[in-house]
Parts: sequence; C-alpha cells; structure tokens
Amino acid sequence: MKHATPSTARPRAVTAERSPLVKSLRKNWDLYLLIVPVIAYYIIFHYIPMYGVQIAFKDFIASQGITGSPWVGLKHFERFFDSYYFWRLIKNTLGIGLYELAVGFPIPILLALMINEVRSERFKKTVQTVTYAPHFLSVVVLVGMLMMFLSPQHGIVNLIIRLFGGDPVSFMTEPGWFKTLYVFSGVWQQMGWSSIIYLAALTGIDPQLHEAAKVDGASRLHRIWHINIPGITPTIVILLILNIGSILGVGFEKVFLMQNNLNMESSDVISTYVYRSGIVGAQYSFSAAVGLFNAIINFGMLVIVNFIARKVGQTSLW
Amino acid sequence: MFDAINHVLLLLLLALVLYPLVFVVSASISNPSAVLNGEVWLWPKDLTITGYQKVFTNHDILRGYLNTIVYTLLGTGINLVMTVMAAYPLSRKDFYGRNAVTALFVFTMFFSGGLIPAYLLVKNLGMVNTMWALIIPNAVAIWNIIIMRTFFQQSIPIEVQESAQMDGCGNIRILLRIVLPLSLPIMAVMTLFYSVAHWNAFFNALIYLTDRSKYPLQLILREILIQSNMQEMIQTNEESLAKSIMDAESIKYAVVIIANLPVLLLYPFLQRYFVKGMVIGAVKG
Repeated sequence: MKHATPSTARPRAVTAERSPLVKSLRKNWDLYLLIVPVIAYYIIFHYIPMYGVQIAFKDFIASQGITGSPWVGLKHFERFFDSYYFWRLIKNTLGIGLYELAVGFPIPILLALMINEVRSERFKKTVQTVTYAPHFLSVVVLVGMLMMFLSPQHGIVNLIIRLFGGDPVSFMTEPGWFKTLYVFSGVWQQMGWSSIIYLAALTGIDPQLHEAAKVDGASRLHRIWHINIPGITPTIVILLILNIGSILGVGFEKVFLMQNNLNMESSDVISTYVYRSGIVGAQYSFSAAVGLFNAIINFGMLVIVNFIARKVGQTSLW
Repeated sequence: MFDAINHVLLLLLLALVLYPLVFVVSASISNPSAVLNGEVWLWPKDLTITGYQKVFTNHDILRGYLNTIVYTLLGTGINLVMTVMAAYPLSRKDFYGRNAVTALFVFTMFFSGGLIPAYLLVKNLGMVNTMWALIIPNAVAIWNIIIMRTFFQQSIPIEVQESAQMDGCGNIRILLRIVLPLSLPIMAVMTLFYSVAHWNAFFNALIYLTDRSKYPLQLILREILIQSNMQEMIQTNEESLAKSIMDAESIKYAVVIIANLPVLLLYPFLQRYFVKGMVIGAVKG
C-alpha cells in the first residue's frame, strides 16, 4: 500500500500480471540477499549429502567421484542384512532407544509436575538451578566422571560395594551394565533441562481451573491428575513423536566414548558401526548404505507415529 | 503431607545430582593418593593444588584450551550472524516464500544423507585437518533459527518496523537499528547455546583432524579421562602402569573443573535468559 503511488499510474493489466514473488523481490530484495547465504549453506551441507547418498547404491571409486562410480544396486544393503553384525546392531540400537524412551521420557515430566507443586520460590529456584547444571557438561566429561565413579579399583561405587562385603564390579567393561549406565547417566544429565518445556506448559494452565477444583474439594493429587496432566498432554505428545522418531538415532558420541572391546557385544550400535567401517575402515559405499537404512527407518517411524497421533488425538507435528 | 513427601523426594534428587559434582570439586583439591585410597567421600582431604599446577604446565591441555577458545569464538560469531540472516527474513510476513524456505530448512531435521556423504563432502572441499571442518558444517542450527524467528515475530512490534519503512528506512537498517537492539535477551540465549555446543564438541574434531596440535580441549580430555582409564581396566600389567595412573589420577579432577570453568562462571548470569529461550522454542516450535 505504501508503494501504491507509482503503480497507480501504470495500466492495470501489468500490475495483475506481476506475481507476488516479483513484487516481494522488488520490495524486499535486501531480505533475499540476507537469506541467500543460509540457503546456500543448507543446500551445500545438507542437500548435497542427500544427493551424495547415492554412493550407497554404487561402488565408490575415489578417482571417479560420487557420480562417476558404477551402480551396483542393492549389493551393499544385502551384504549388511546378511552380515553377522546386523541383528546385533538392531538389537542394541533398538534396545537402547526403547530403554531410554521408557525411563528417560517420563522422568522429566514427573520432575516438572513435582517442581510445579513447590510453593517456596527459593526452593523451587534451587532445584531448577541444580538440575539444569549437568546439561552443560560435555559428553567427554560425563563419561569421564562415570569412569571415575565406577572404576573397579578406586571408584566410589565399588568402595561401597566392598564395604558391604561384595565383590567389585567392573561396570564399564561388563556388557550387561552398558545400557543401564547409558540410560541413567543420561537421566542424571538431562532430566532438569528436559523438564523446562513441561514447566513452561504448566505455567500456561488457567489458574481458575484449580480454583474451581478446590471449591469442589479436589485433592492435590486429583488436581495434578485431572488438570495439570491433561494441560500438558499436547506438549507430551509432540515430544513423544520426536522421541520415537529418533529411537534408532541413538547418538554416536556417548556410546562411542563408553564403548570398549569388552562391552562391544551390547554397546555396538548402528552409528558407531558406520563410523568404524566407514571413517576408520574407508568402506564408504557400504557404510553409506548402513547409514541410509538407519535414516529411512527413522523417517518412516516419525511419519507413522505422527500419523497415529493425528488420528487418535488432535496434536501432531504437521 | 503432600508437600512434605514432595519436598523430601526433591531433596533426595538434589543430593543425587549434586553429589558427583561436589565430589569432583573436592577430589580436585585433595591429595591424589587419598582419593585413590577412597578416603575422600564428600569433603577434600589433605588440601593441595598440585593437580591444578600439573594442568597448567601440561602443554597438550593448554594448547587444546587455546584451540577450543579460538574455535568457540569464531564458530559462535558465524553462528549468530547466520542465524539472524535467516531468522529476520523468515519473521517478516511480507517475505514471499517464507514457508518454502522454512520447509527447506526444517526437512533437514528429520532426514539427512548420513555421516559418510557429509564426510566425503568436507573432504572434497579440502577442509580436512583445518579448523573450518569444525566450524562451517555447523554454521547454523535450524532449531535456533526457529527460536529467533519466533522472538522477532512476538517481541518486536511490527508497527515500529512499518513506520520506519514509511520513513524510507531500508530493511537492513531496520534490522540493525531497531530489531537487533531490542533482541539482546535472545542474542544472549543464542550465544549460550552455540558457544556451549562448540565448547563441548568433539565429534567433528575426531573425524576431521589428524594433526594433534589442532586438537580441541575435548579430544585431549578424552585421552586423559577415558583412554587412560580404559587401559587401566583392560590391561593387567599393573607394575608399569602404576605411575602413569597416579599421574593421570592427580590431574583428572582438576582438568574437569578447568574445562567447565567458563560455563560454570556464565551459568548463573544466563540462567533466566536460557529458560526464556527454551520456552519460546517450546511454545512455537
């Protein structure tokens, strides 16, 4: 409207022909200039690798490049499905993912509900400050701390076990302990941080609902159950969808750092396998196939869970 | 009754989270042999600062620290500029194509080509064994673009921008003179998120850097905290290892404290900002 003055002089037909893009380009050309480098970044560092994933269906030859290498169809996928590692990787990746979902997902919700009930502002603040803090530790430091505390010779946990007459446990090399350590150290580090979102959702609940329930004689637990939890359900659903979508996307970093030759049996996951065979072993095409398999399953799960959420409830990602 | 149980449970939780942190601080200023023998439980014993002295005379650690500072400053700077460059246009309703561009960005959250194609790309671009391999592939994060865009939309009155436009003020000047000065809280959040990510990162350094002198702090920490421990647990030849274990043990705790010092110092000041940032991201994500 502001720029209407010059265009009124022109014949009507020309104005009508101009597409909204051209109009926006004329008016906001500098905004387009601003965002072009970011678009270029996404195309180069995210979409070109998606195009480059075709090496999963080829035999990559460095001198021929990605596009020049010969096609081999599903050879690498078949090799992966038939390999001794396949079921072990699926079992571990899925096992850690499900374990993490079962334990790591509800705890922050519980924590948020508990913090929300605290009346003393100072105590509330203290709990929040302390539980958020471990989020800022690096994975290296977290795993380093695990090792300090769980060392069979000097770790404090084994000192306590010995104090009660037990035999020291070599937690970090024992395959049976791996998943539990992985999940609970994650809970220790992230529960506070993950509770922030739920706390925010809880503050958005209309206080009048609580007032009305109080008048009707509802207890605290009743009010949590019938007001607070339904109030944050949309948030829970969204985060649940995202979490299930990444169930096979178990992060590389922590698993890799906690991994050693002795616990490999239960700690080898798809991402560490891709790293070992691809980056260390330079089997690019094969590892790209393993990685693509993983990405497709993840994406598929996300789409399915989102579909279910949209059918059952009203909340969904898209 | 309800309050009492709730408080007791939260206090227990508080102790559970705090104990490891307090222990590391105590162990870092205690005599290493007392720590090894399990005499340190909560409070330090035989106060000493030899651990810290060893950290400050260890060349690997100092160089790693310096490298990390450079990578963090440069990386965060690029992150902030790129985030604003994407978030501001996307926050404007009169920016035609904003939905298409947002979709282009957001899709990368759900699907990616995976590690190997990305690795080959970085290799082809000649960034292997340079610090750019740690900075450019992580130039911007979509989640942060969304948070900042939402902040711009909700907190900067559109009327102010429109009246500046009427006065013939260009978009870039509106961004620099009006929008950014009003966005300091969100800039603080972004600075925190990005700089912590750079400070703690080790994956890109692990796969792209071959030259030890370029290693960031986290890779050096990995050697001290994790690889030395693995040897301790796997090898049975304890005689020759005893001394090196003692050495590693004495600096372990101190190096954890030093490595987290910048974040620990910033944390209390930034707390109210990052909660705000998380909330903005959550509401409109």
